[in-house]
Amino acid sequence: MASGAPLDVQRIRADFPILSRQVNGHTLTYLDNAATSQKPTQVIQSLVDYYERYNSNVHRGVHTLSIEATEAYEDARGKVQRFINAPSPESIIWTRNTSESLNLVAYTWAEANVGAGDEIVTTAMEHHSDIVPWQQLAYRKGATLKIIRETETGRLDMEQAAEFITERTKIVAATHMSNVLGTVNDVKALADAVHRVGGVMLVDGAQSVPHMPVDVQALDCDFMAFSAHKMLGPTGIGVLYGKPEILEVMPPWMFGGDMILEVTFEDASWNDLPYRFEAGTPNIADAIATGAAVDYLAELGMDRVWAHEQQITAYALDKFKDLNGITLLGPREVEDKGAVISFSHDSVHSHDLGTALDQLGIAIRTGHHCAMPLVRSHGIISAARASFYIYNTEAEVDILVDGLNEAEEYFSKAGIL
Amino acid sequence: MQSGLGDLDELYQEVLLDHYRNPRNTDRLEEPASEVDAVNPFCGDEIHMQLGMDGERVAKISVSGQGCSISQATGSLLTEIVEGKTPDEARALRELFRGLMMGEDLTDDQLDELEDSVALQGVRRFPVRIKCALLSWSALSDALDKVAPAG
Repeated sequence: MASGAPLDVQRIRADFPILSRQVNGHTLTYLDNAATSQKPTQVIQSLVDYYERYNSNVHRGVHTLSIEATEAYEDARGKVQRFINAPSPESIIWTRNTSESLNLVAYTWAEANVGAGDEIVTTAMEHHSDIVPWQQLAYRKGATLKIIRETETGRLDMEQAAEFITERTKIVAATHMSNVLGTVNDVKALADAVHRVGGVMLVDGAQSVPHMPVDVQALDCDFMAFSAHKMLGPTGIGVLYGKPEILEVMPPWMFGGDMILEVTFEDASWNDLPYRFEAGTPNIADAIATGAAVDYLAELGMDRVWAHEQQITAYALDKFKDLNGITLLGPREVEDKGAVISFSHDSVHSHDLGTALDQLGIAIRTGHHCAMPLVRSHGIISAARASFYIYNTEAEVDILVDGLNEAEEYFSKAGIL
Repeated sequence: MQSGLGDLDELYQEVLLDHYRNPRNTDRLEEPASEVDAVNPFCGDEIHMQLGMDGERVAKISVSGQGCSISQATGSLLTEIVEGKTPDEARALRELFRGLMMGEDLTDDQLDELEDSVALQGVRRFPVRIKCALLSWSALSDALDKVAPAG
């Protein structure tokens, strides 16, 4: 496909069987992509192929099926490696999801390298899965957790970041893109700052890797975590990227088959990377399907994916200006903002809005978005969120806006405005 | 444009909307016999409940909080039937209400006992909202256990 040309969204939509589903008498308008994306036929079919044709355990047998399964499984690792421009396949560790990737770092690298009096720096925009592991680490170690706040325009306060990152900082853990505000953070600047003081940079890429070109070497991050299910892949599988020289000396976490080199009744030695961090039979089918998802995105081109999402976000931000009673969270303009629009209504709770939109076949997220501290810092306990992906159209933004107007009218008649 | 929101009327009955707009019994008690904060971890809705006892009976109940129309209106509606009841009678009401939410067939007498809370029957058709309706009732159960442990 020509690079730079806009995505052929109608052709993309034809690859997603679920998009023709009827919900409450309306064609589904799926706007909950920051929670999980839908899956194209190519990904679904790769799961079926595996189970129908070469289902087998990996790294174990000499028979044909096992060889095919192992090849496909390792092939998928290579696809992910190239997708984020990691230096080697060994730097890609399969996990269950972003949360497990983040916990892996907290329980291995951080457990070995963070001590009493050390500091961990994170941000006010993190998902619970990038806050709670660091809180628990700080309790265990007697370390201090510092939180970089959000500015009034929904950006990260980089002046405060410069203040917080000091000789005592061992690790900075920051989201590349906020799942609530949509803000894209300058994680390269944070990485540079923490490297100057000898610490490491961990990036939560759950919302960025599915939506924009991500190059872990250009960002110079030491770790990056993300999940397959938000980028057209199946649930139950995620990735931890780590710089090879760091992974090489990092202690293992879970023990068992595949991660050992040699075992006696008294002791064991550890296998090479990345298997040292992949104990037990891995999630073979979903890893292979993640490879199919990455193929699909790479074929589209991530710069075109990003351009499509910028366009639809700009369109939605403009349409939202005319809505009554709606307050947006995060940046009001598309610069440094991904395809996530969170909002609250002055008098209608987000769940009531969400139920009304569901009646119209529109799926949005409502609630605290697993970011309670951030949502509460905006003086609310709950927000609604529409998030877009490669198959969403401006017509669907119009459906959302019409739906919000209809809901407003309904609740106004009901007397709760 | 054809309105697709008509089915919502079953959920948002007038009596529920009335309690959402003007919640009853929200004044905090000075010396509650029991006090509970309940939070729905999935959505963050909050209910603060206080009980004042007069001997064996719930003399006064106060409910306040933040959240959706269903969770907040249920809390207000609940206060109207729980006042004056003994802890065991209140627990029996909770069982009836839970039965109502789970789609059990209640007798006319049982429905009468729930009074206006019967208006929440429509929540059944929106299963994901049932937990909103049960938040205050589970707060009540915890508050009752503090004054009179279930036998």
